[in-house]
Amino acid sequence: MMQTDSKPQQPPQTTHRYDGVAKVTGKAKYAAEFTEPFAKSELLYAFIVQSTIPAGTVKTMDTKRAEHATGVVAVLTPFNAPKLSVGPPQPPARRSLTVLQDTNVSYNGQPIGVVIAKSLPEARYAAKLIETTYDEQPAKLDFMGRLGEARSPKSSGREPAKQLKTEADSAFSGAAVTVENTYVTPIQVHNPMEPHATTAWWDGEKLNVYDTTQYITGTKMSLARALNIAQDNIRVQCPFVGGGFGCKGSTWSHVVLAAMSAKIVGKPVKLVLERDQMFGPVGYRPTTVNKIRLAADLQGKLSLIQQDVTMNASVLEDFAERSDSPARKLYASKTIATSINMVDVNYSVGTFMRAPGEASGTAVLEIAMDELAEKLKMDPVQLRLVNYAERDPTEDKPWSSKHLRECYTQAAERFGWSKRNAMPGQTTEGNKLIGYGMATATYPANRSAAQAVARYLPNGRVFIGSGTQDLGTGMYTVMAQTVAANLGIDPMQVDVKLGDSLLPRAPVSGGSQSTASVGPAVDAACTQLKLKVAALAITDPKSVLHGAADNDVDVNNGKVFLKSDSSKSEPVVALLARNGAKPVEAQGSAEPGEERTATSQQSFGAVFAEVAVDKSTHMVQVRRVAATYDIGTLVNNQTGMNQLHGGITWGVSFALHEEAVVDQTYGRMVNESLAEYHVPVNADIGTMDVTVLNIPDTKFSPLGARGIGEIGITGAMAAIANAIYNATGKRVRHYPITPDKIMLA
Amino acid sequence: MNPFAYQRAEAPSDAIKALSVSGSKFLGGGTNLVDLMRYGVETPTTLVDINHVGLNLVQASAQGAKIGALVRNSDLANHPAIVANYPLLSHALLSGASPQLRNRATTGGNLMQRTRCYYFMDTAFPACNKRKPGSGCAAVKGFNRIHAILGQGDEGPSSPHTCIATNPSDMNVALYALNASVDVEGPNGKRTIAVREFHRLPQGKPEQDTNLQPDELIVGVSLPASKFSRNSWYLKARDRQSYAFALVSVAAGLEMDGNTIRSAGLALGGVAHKPWYSPEAEHELLGKPATEATFQRAANAALAGAKAYEHNTFKVELAKQCVVRALNLASKGVQA
Repeated sequence: MMQTDSKPQQPPQTTHRYDGVAKVTGKAKYAAEFTEPFAKSELLYAFIVQSTIPAGTVKTMDTKRAEHATGVVAVLTPFNAPKLSVGPPQPPARRSLTVLQDTNVSYNGQPIGVVIAKSLPEARYAAKLIETTYDEQPAKLDFMGRLGEARSPKSSGREPAKQLKTEADSAFSGAAVTVENTYVTPIQVHNPMEPHATTAWWDGEKLNVYDTTQYITGTKMSLARALNIAQDNIRVQCPFVGGGFGCKGSTWSHVVLAAMSAKIVGKPVKLVLERDQMFGPVGYRPTTVNKIRLAADLQGKLSLIQQDVTMNASVLEDFAERSDSPARKLYASKTIATSINMVDVNYSVGTFMRAPGEASGTAVLEIAMDELAEKLKMDPVQLRLVNYAERDPTEDKPWSSKHLRECYTQAAERFGWSKRNAMPGQTTEGNKLIGYGMATATYPANRSAAQAVARYLPNGRVFIGSGTQDLGTGMYTVMAQTVAANLGIDPMQVDVKLGDSLLPRAPVSGGSQSTASVGPAVDAACTQLKLKVAALAITDPKSVLHGAADNDVDVNNGKVFLKSDSSKSEPVVALLARNGAKPVEAQGSAEPGEERTATSQQSFGAVFAEVAVDKSTHMVQVRRVAATYDIGTLVNNQTGMNQLHGGITWGVSFALHEEAVVDQTYGRMVNESLAEYHVPVNADIGTMDVTVLNIPDTKFSPLGARGIGEIGITGAMAAIANAIYNATGKRVRHYPITPDKIMLA
Repeated sequence: MNPFAYQRAEAPSDAIKALSVSGSKFLGGGTNLVDLMRYGVETPTTLVDINHVGLNLVQASAQGAKIGALVRNSDLANHPAIVANYPLLSHALLSGASPQLRNRATTGGNLMQRTRCYYFMDTAFPACNKRKPGSGCAAVKGFNRIHAILGQGDEGPSSPHTCIATNPSDMNVALYALNASVDVEGPNGKRTIAVREFHRLPQGKPEQDTNLQPDELIVGVSLPASKFSRNSWYLKARDRQSYAFALVSVAAGLEMDGNTIRSAGLALGGVAHKPWYSPEAEHELLGKPATEATFQRAANAALAGAKAYEHNTFKVELAKQCVVRALNLASKGVQA
């Protein structure tokens, strides 16, 4: 089926990075860095006390030594903390909070107390002085040993695949070529560079927080609910976020504990999680065990894609990561049967982590596809083309826009895929084995309702505000750029404000939706602003445009003018100066319409990787990655490419490095530091050749941009895994692919 | 971090005197000690800052080299005499940590570096004989991928003698292959300890990493005249390309006479409570031709008696492959 999208067009680019100077000069302030508006000397420091058992109840907490330690102001425990009406987990980011309301312990590392002191070292030391006794109960810790206990997710999700079981079995047994294997992804922890941090202070009944979050409105709602106060009495500010990746998409216990602490001591309180405290209490990507069955005819045409996922849940709460999603979107197949099941363990609660579902899903499915291609003696790209999904294969809808074929062609060409030796283990360079691998990338296009406010200022500058967040992704820049494009001004003339709950509401910065959601709202606010400026000119007797027809007046490049005779114009600043020198303000909002249900909106890409594997150390070097993405319009070359490069880097991390290991006796994560929990260093990242098709998806949104924050991860790990196989002839189906696994495979 | 007193020593004698106060520890680069204090693993009552006592020179001659205890890892690795005469040491140093850490970390401190055993580094784990003598060992039945396969003390998880921790240093492995010695000074004067005798196996006292006495200061490291300046290799197998501790590392030095091995120095890292020096492996090399078969025999000898655990069985084979590879590379020259 031919696509009928509009022709590719390059949006006006800008080299202006709105927050660049502030960031590189240290002037950008993060949640833990504010010492205003309160007096700095008033600020107290809170430190979380955590459980050291995985299951049971706290029997006693002897806090005497802690309370008498130098600098300590207060110690909160389940035995003296104020009672809150926390209630059940609240959408949109459902999280069970553990805020000292009972003595239950559900995982090792759970918050069970807070020490508030005049300095951080004093608080940290006093926390060590608390002597806690427990009534221990047997803990469920061995996830892999409990796969037989798997159950359906508690929340209603997709239809269980059980009804397709017979169909799947018959497709499998009758097929000419099949693949059936189990693939495992580990627990991964987000570890943004900036740890979770909340600074809270009360002004009478009004609560103020600086919180590092992907969702200021979510923080506000959760605090209102937990503390039983009106949302209007809460202000959340978050001008900068030093990385979120999903763990800052929910409000976790420490945020409420910071607010509670501030209330009790009657002073501003800062609570920053230590690096090791980031391993558990603020979420992680759950571990998944994926049974995959593929069945195809001799031409490679799929008749079955089956993926049964078993993942860990916390005894506290379900978080089901839909790692079966790619299996439902990537390829056409007569039968597509997927399921998700959960195993309860005494771990903390899992959460969204960059490309939740699609990261793990493509990591496993795309290895299986490589195995199928090998069995068919077919080029892996060809196998994917044979099974190209012209329509959404499970929802039977057309795509809003899909150009994956071009991605395969372009990336393969740039990579030099034709030079690949299909026989594994054949290409060597000295002591190294060289291999090529590829995989498909995909991520859904999300969009939510958002609002923005725009003001033309008397000095000619334009203010734009929206209650969104910038995770380091470039939201400031994109907002300035969108305003500049709409109003025909230099982006340097735009003042951007975000990350303040007093601003018009915007959605969570998650699901790669911020540009797609906030961009149209900003655009709409600017369009409304132009109408207001035009109206002001039309009604101003001193304006050359006085009395002109509404639809004949426009605003561009700092001028208001007559469309039918552009010689009739005046500077906006002159117009405003005559009219009280006050700003002109307009609100704008945008939300997805019916097109959201008429089509399926999904981004795609093709990733190719070259690895070198040392024959003696079995260490893997990812030498090159070439990838091409179909992500609609690329709004900003710099920030966009940054995100894609960062995503692929994360793919290397997923493929080779990341794993949080839970001790099976104590239930604690053992490698809770960045020395022991590995992410790539510069030396692990080879060259990257990233391109985008830049074809606007106007059925998705007026901007045509589908969001790029997450797709870069997807596919990359399988491309690397498949390259390792091509290099060594060893198929590792358990991430991360570390040297020992390659040696033993 | 516990409250502690800080005292700055101006000379080695000051430092040794200051250490007589119970609970005192020397502060060098602080790259390991300060982390462990923050975790509550180390709780010194006084830190004696030895950064200003001198001991920061490298003196090299045809007879050998003397390295001051306070020489930073970066300075040592890049010292022209070390690069020329002891490339094995230089490469081992540069394969460790990160540039920032190497700029701080000292020679003496690297010798004293403590294990990265997860159960040692986190006080929330109740069992660790090294951290809390007599409490048992959580690693034996825990996640023991990074743990020892040689020379470990293992009398079961609840025994006070059990410890399967490894020494994490890269520098130490090279010093073992180079047969260095450690010069120390205490209230009773100076003495020299062969580096191969400096670190301990757990041997009933896992809490004690070294044979340094509690009142002694490391003043330097001495290297004998270089025999391996033309043929040596430091090979490190690890989970990422940089800033990762060794799964297994090998320091190999060869003195070649044509294709015949005249003498050899061979030590392994990541496999034991101390760098693993194997006289048996060395014996397999002496007077033999530098062939794959010779190297394989040396590898087998070095790993004889290895005992692995649930998560580190791979180390035995990986260590053998790395020994063979390191010897092979060493026989051909030195690292660039």
